[in-house]
Amino acid sequence: MANTDKNSYTVIFAVVMVLVVGSLLAFTASSLKPAITENERFEKQQNILYAMGINENVEGSVNFIPTDKVEAEFGKYIKEQLVIQNGKIEKDSSAYLIDLKQQLAKDMSERKLPLFVGEKEGKDYYIIPMYGKGLWDAIWGFIALDENYVVQGVYFDHKGETPGLGANIKERYFMDDFTGEEIMAGTEFEGITVAKGNNDPLNERKDDGKVDALAGATITGNGVTAMINSTVKLYIPYLKDLKI
Amino acid sequence: MALLSKKDRGLILDPLADNNPITIQVLGICSALAITAQLKASIVMGISVMFVLGVGNVVISLMRNIIPSKIRIIVQLVVVAALVIIVDQVLKAFAYELSKTLSVFVGLIITNCIIMGRFEAFALGNGPWRSFLDGIGNAAGYALILVIVGFFRELLGSGTLLGFKVLGDPIAKTGLYAIGYENNGFMLLSPMALIVVGIIIWVQRSRNKALIEEN
Repeated sequence: MANTDKNSYTVIFAVVMVLVVGSLLAFTASSLKPAITENERFEKQQNILYAMGINENVEGSVNFIPTDKVEAEFGKYIKEQLVIQNGKIEKDSSAYLIDLKQQLAKDMSERKLPLFVGEKEGKDYYIIPMYGKGLWDAIWGFIALDENYVVQGVYFDHKGETPGLGANIKERYFMDDFTGEEIMAGTEFEGITVAKGNNDPLNERKDDGKVDALAGATITGNGVTAMINSTVKLYIPYLKDLKI
Repeated sequence: MALLSKKDRGLILDPLADNNPITIQVLGICSALAITAQLKASIVMGISVMFVLGVGNVVISLMRNIIPSKIRIIVQLVVVAALVIIVDQVLKAFAYELSKTLSVFVGLIITNCIIMGRFEAFALGNGPWRSFLDGIGNAAGYALILVIVGFFRELLGSGTLLGFKVLGDPIAKTGLYAIGYENNGFMLLSPMALIVVGIIIWVQRSRNKALIEEN
């Protein structure tokens, strides 16, 4: 056995270890990449469909369309995918692959905003992607509006909110409360506020623009409010054009 | 258990009780506080740590004679980090739903002091098979406490277990809530995990007086 205390041995060991581990990780990452991208693509389709009410929810829990069916269902219900750039609206069949986080970081003139128009049972849904900041990390989601700016459904997700607290934004009892809320007050954009002290845990006042906050998750709730208000606002001028 | 000699059996069983990594060695407290608000997260974290510690212990044990002692901690870190990244990628590719539930926890495994502790204290001085048993045993002891804490925190804090409303619906006032029971929101906050762990330590030491240190 070589003398493992020698400096030269230590250096050689470190170099070899880094090379071996590095190439092992690079190999794993690149060989799994296609499968991971595919999963992420299906997830986005599932989320968009979820917001417009195409899901397999059973009582109380969130259930998406299964991955093997989602591609076909997405084609069936999403009748148009649009991209808004520089005030112009164009069709783009891969708009759902646009990463909103990157787009929001760009200048207004270079920004591409994806928008999805879905149709279910003769009714149109305008599905807007959202992106914002929670307590620990990113939060994002989709919100589906009808032609009167009434929320038809939402989907939220997060990267690292606290389990049992902020992470509950993706639970049914939080997301379902948004359905029926209006984002406009008259002709002005109002957004939706995740409100503490709303005194309305059953969400009986549907159209007050407020939903009941989650206990112990103030910052995440504020993040949801800010996310809805900042991203949806960008789309309002175009939604007006689309409808008439 | 006839497969294992008495000594080997001890490697698995001791960490479950009288040499528990959390309640006796007081390692891995950080993750025990962070992720035990829900039972499901506790179980998943326990299984993930079991995998990483079992495999990691074997890898370190196989390399124990060639690792330069000056950089052994770095070598251990590299092994844990590489294993964790591989687990994360494989989950994302083949069990995407599960990897979403795990999200941050997979990364958190790296920081779990039990793992470095077992590498340093056991795997560097023992053969692969015994190291493997030691890894599984310690991870099981860790998982056991996590599950106990997760059970009480979810039950008393949210009134649910694994997401099922076992005590009734707090908003519609059914079940226990109909007679005025309220969830204790404190249980969802991290400090309460420490108190639950403290109660477990107290129960354990009062049942086995040999565990009480003299001072």
